[in-house]
Amino acid sequence: MLSLLKRDLSLATRAGGGFGLAVAFFLILCALVPFGVGPATTALRPIAPGILWVGALLACLLSLDRIFALDHEDGSLDLLATAPIPLEGVVAVKALAHWITTGLPLVAAAPLFGVLLHLPGSAMPWLVASLLIGTPALSMLGAFGAAITVGLRRGGLLLSLLVLPLYIPTLIFGTEIIRRGAERGDPATPILFLAGITAGVVALVPFAAAAALRVNLR
Amino acid sequence: MRLLAVDHLSVARGGTRAVEGVSFALDAGEALILRGPNGIGKTTLLRTVAGLQLPVAGRISMADDAVAYAAHADGLKAALTVTENLRFWAEIFGGGQIGAALAAMDLVSLADRPAAALSAGQKRRLGLARLLVTRRPLWVLDEPTVSLDDVSVGRFAAAVRAHLGAGGAALMATHIDLGLAEARVLDLTPYRAVEGGVADPASFNEAFA
Repeated sequence: MLSLLKRDLSLATRAGGGFGLAVAFFLILCALVPFGVGPATTALRPIAPGILWVGALLACLLSLDRIFALDHEDGSLDLLATAPIPLEGVVAVKALAHWITTGLPLVAAAPLFGVLLHLPGSAMPWLVASLLIGTPALSMLGAFGAAITVGLRRGGLLLSLLVLPLYIPTLIFGTEIIRRGAERGDPATPILFLAGITAGVVALVPFAAAAALRVNLR
Repeated sequence: MRLLAVDHLSVARGGTRAVEGVSFALDAGEALILRGPNGIGKTTLLRTVAGLQLPVAGRISMADDAVAYAAHADGLKAALTVTENLRFWAEIFGGGQIGAALAAMDLVSLADRPAAALSAGQKRRLGLARLLVTRRPLWVLDEPTVSLDDVSVGRFAAAVRAHLGAGGAALMATHIDLGLAEARVLDLTPYRAVEGGVADPASFNEAFA
């Protein structure tokens, strides 16, 4: 399983792997919003948590269809399905690789983009914490959507339609953490909810995604 | 030692039955070549034996994790080199010798070349070298010689023979003569499903497959 993780990471960082695409998209979005709504702090500060989380969510969505589609095209998925490692493990590892190449760079870059949106300094640690806790759920749910749509031609749109509704709870609690952090409130409750969602998703989704893959490989 | 026993197997593709009532067995050191016209269901049968599909009827008995499957797609990543591709599959399958597999398929001189720069025949050879590093006893091969030249076909036949000699077995669908005199041939034509017959969904999930 470690070798699968290593392979996916090295594929993502080589030419045409799409590493950095999510961060670039995130940067463009956060740079465009001040042009759209005006650069005033009073206009930007209230919407900053929402913009940051919606941006992270859409950036994550960009590379979701690559999780299984590329392996399906070149036959690797068939071979992985007959390999000694369980398909649930394959799903978990590929979602982890997606998170490392997409979610983790977003977490690292988020404070910089927070400055662009006039997010107060007191909210920065909460921004990083909420993304760190929430983005693994985005990758895992995305792997589920990718498993359902693998093998479909132009499954990208269907994938977005399937996955975005599932992202809503993560989005709500993620932004609530930052909002409470910015107002110096107590973010403990939304953090616990967000962590609970992520834990549940990470525990259950590999089984659902592996079942979907088995049906799609037939 | 019996590696594979197939008993009255029926398979379906997309809800249409392909072949029905096929029975055969493979012992260690045996090779079986499936023949039949295009579309009769050779690929479907091989995928079913490999465990990628459920049989509609019949039984397949074999040990767990016995199959090394190779089909039309070789499972290669264009951005990785020949050695990296092969090492990945060796690690996933718990490891045969990469060097020996490269030598057997005459890929040593190409070892550091990215898979994107290989010709179709060279890719195929790399896909077949993967079989050697899986260390699985039962090879299930779907048209293994596509885009191979005569010399490579001979090399592949030698690799299959060595595999059989080491106590393995091979189940192949192929249209060309491999020069494997010891291989048995099974013609699937008599097992063709009745024209227009629609398979009952084997399960709820099969209805959506």
